[in-house]
Amino acid sequence: MTAPKGQVLLAHGDGGLLTHRLISEVFLPQLGNPVLARLEDAAVLELEGCRLAFTTDSFVVRPLFFPGGDIGRLAVCGTVNDLSMVGARPLYLSAGFLLEEGLDLEVLERVVASMCSAAAEAGVRVVAGDTKVVERGSVDGVFINTAGLGVVPPALRMGPETVRAGDRLLVSGPVGEHALAVVLARGDLEIESTIRSDCAPLNGLVGDIMTQCPGALRFMRDPTRGGLATVACEMAVACGLDFYLLEDGIPLTEEAGALCDLLGLDPLYLANEGKFLAVVDRDQADRVLEICRAHPLGAGAALVGEARSGRGQAYLVTALGGTRRLDLPAGAQFPRIC
Amino acid sequence: MEADRPLWERFRDPGIARALVARVRVRVARELGGHVSLMEVCGTHTVAISRSGIRAALRDAVTLVSGPGCPVCVTSPEDVDAMVALAESGLTVLTFGDMMRVPGSSTSLEAVRARGGRVRLAYSPMDAVSYAASHPDEQVVFLAVGFETTAPGVALAVAQARELPLANFSIYPAHKLIPPALRALLDQEVGVQGFLLPGHVSTVIGRRALAFLAEEYRLPAVIAGFEPVDILMAIDRITHMLVRGEAEVVNAYPRAVREEGNTLAQRAMWSCFAPADAAWRGLGPIPGSGLGLRDGWEDLDACRRYGVWAQPAGAMRTGCRCGDVLRGLLLPPRCPLFARVCTPAAPQGPCMVSSEGACAAYYRYERGDGDDGPQGAGAAGPR
Ligand code: SF4
Repeated sequence: MTAPKGQVLLAHGDGGLLTHRLISEVFLPQLGNPVLARLEDAAVLELEGCRLAFTTDSFVVRPLFFPGGDIGRLAVCGTVNDLSMVGARPLYLSAGFLLEEGLDLEVLERVVASMCSAAAEAGVRVVAGDTKVVERGSVDGVFINTAGLGVVPPALRMGPETVRAGDRLLVSGPVGEHALAVVLARGDLEIESTIRSDCAPLNGLVGDIMTQCPGALRFMRDPTRGGLATVACEMAVACGLDFYLLEDGIPLTEEAGALCDLLGLDPLYLANEGKFLAVVDRDQADRVLEICRAHPLGAGAALVGEARSGRGQAYLVTALGGTRRLDLPAGAQFPRIC
Repeated sequence: MEADRPLWERFRDPGIARALVARVRVRVARELGGHVSLMEVCGTHTVAISRSGIRAALRDAVTLVSGPGCPVCVTSPEDVDAMVALAESGLTVLTFGDMMRVPGSSTSLEAVRARGGRVRLAYSPMDAVSYAASHPDEQVVFLAVGFETTAPGVALAVAQARELPLANFSIYPAHKLIPPALRALLDQEVGVQGFLLPGHVSTVIGRRALAFLAEEYRLPAVIAGFEPVDILMAIDRITHMLVRGEAEVVNAYPRAVREEGNTLAQRAMWSCFAPADAAWRGLGPIPGSGLGLRDGWEDLDACRRYGVWAQPAGAMRTGCRCGDVLRGLLLPPRCPLFARVCTPAAPQGPCMVSSEGACAAYYRYERGDGDDGPQGAGAAGPR
């Protein structure tokens, strides 16, 4: 293994190739253990006969408020969703606040009120917290760290090792809206749009699938940073199977599609905050799709491809019938200059 | 019903696209000796051609080579070095995203930022002006990169800065003009039989400004939009002209491009810019191919203000062959470094950095169809 050289770049934090390098070259060699090495959205821990899911995440977003959400809602939903992705029922959160000296208290109150209503929506409680105030310029307004705890049903078997060739891939709704909403809310592009972040807690939807179609979900991830393409790549590697996604089948709203064309962004690599990509048992896939579509957060769900035996790579089948490999992104996407 | 569908949907209709692919293939095989080489002169086309699978679908019949159509890629290493020098001298430098990672002769803006330099992303030139207005204690330089499409916006921002007035705003002018580059390219040797012309640039300069390709060089060329069907229709039209021995510059993007272009944008551009000599990566110096600030506007030129000028840069030590890629002489996968030493995570040249660069487009969308790829790619895919 080559030791990493140089400095931390912003690109080390965008969920792509450089983030993976940090994890595999800096964190795992020293902190690694069998649980961490699974690199799942949440760790599943056996504790005195009980299965707990445990996760943590930090939230930095500019601007703090954007159409469809804000940093507080994001902090709750992000952690609830990480727990939901391993099949856990989310119960408790902690919240750590890093506040910039000079921040308006009114802003902080709005953020906390929003966390409160998101927590109620998800049915979780914030049971521990911490506050630090740092000098002006050290952080951008508010940063929030959350940890989450949930319980995993004792009999649940979910994870990459349960995926079989032939299983279907399901996306719970149209992609890319969160990233577009945030980019547009910065106001740098002077584009009017009605696009809203999809930021939402997914535990209700996942719970519906697990109760109505037990055993159908094999493995799932939420495509946040790096988008659908990135999680598809990561999941394919974890399963050791090839994932084929059909470009035509991936849900995308007309407005999001038009904005991506205009800005030169690839919607497959844009962040989502209220969607999942799931590997579903092939025979129960249609039933799971029905259940999703009956839930408001899964109304736009679609079956988008399948897992096949292979070497752990993700592919996209284009509308013209060609097949191309999907990759982890190297660095953030920027609107085009041309 | 065809007419009920939104227009843009028809421009990406896979059925129409496949029919066009088939027609072009048959025409090239029967009437054009089995092979045609065309050049696309726009980074957005390059990406669209790779991403939609058009290049793969036409393989063996039509080779689409990428020309100097990515504004980041054609920015010379000398210019990047000067931009880095500005950032290292304590000024605040604002730039479009893709410029961040482009290597100069020794380092990039991204690395300067990681060492504490003030390098910030701008999404538009006006952004840079508002940043300067709200940070009066910083000296702000906007790196003005881009073709005729971006220059009018920069001109408006420059005018705004003067009107406010802002004493702490200037630009590093590195704009490039497409027609002189095409002439320079054609005066050297290029083995292409026709051009796919850029939709965005043409929106500003108009069809007329590109008519010389047919009138002087006898080459067929089509101005095209960016949907797969747009691009395939243009290729269809060029091959049709080749069969008939015709040479014309056709505007196949009339929903955006006019004969004279956008005269308002042109007027804005010429209000503060004048043609200047510019150095292109790959093509070298080309007279009159860039934009400099006009007499009376020089005080907004960061080079003069801070005495930082582009210095001749040594040859790229890395062995990067972007220069050949930008002239259409080398297809990215043939570069010995492609996908081995040079990847988007460790780019050796701008063509691998920029999201509009040819090497990045090949890497991202067209790698892995060989022994590296899925068994039976193409026919594959769940139904
Ligand atoms: S593959 Fe890399 S090294 Fe080769 S020409 Fe492209 S950018 Fe340069």
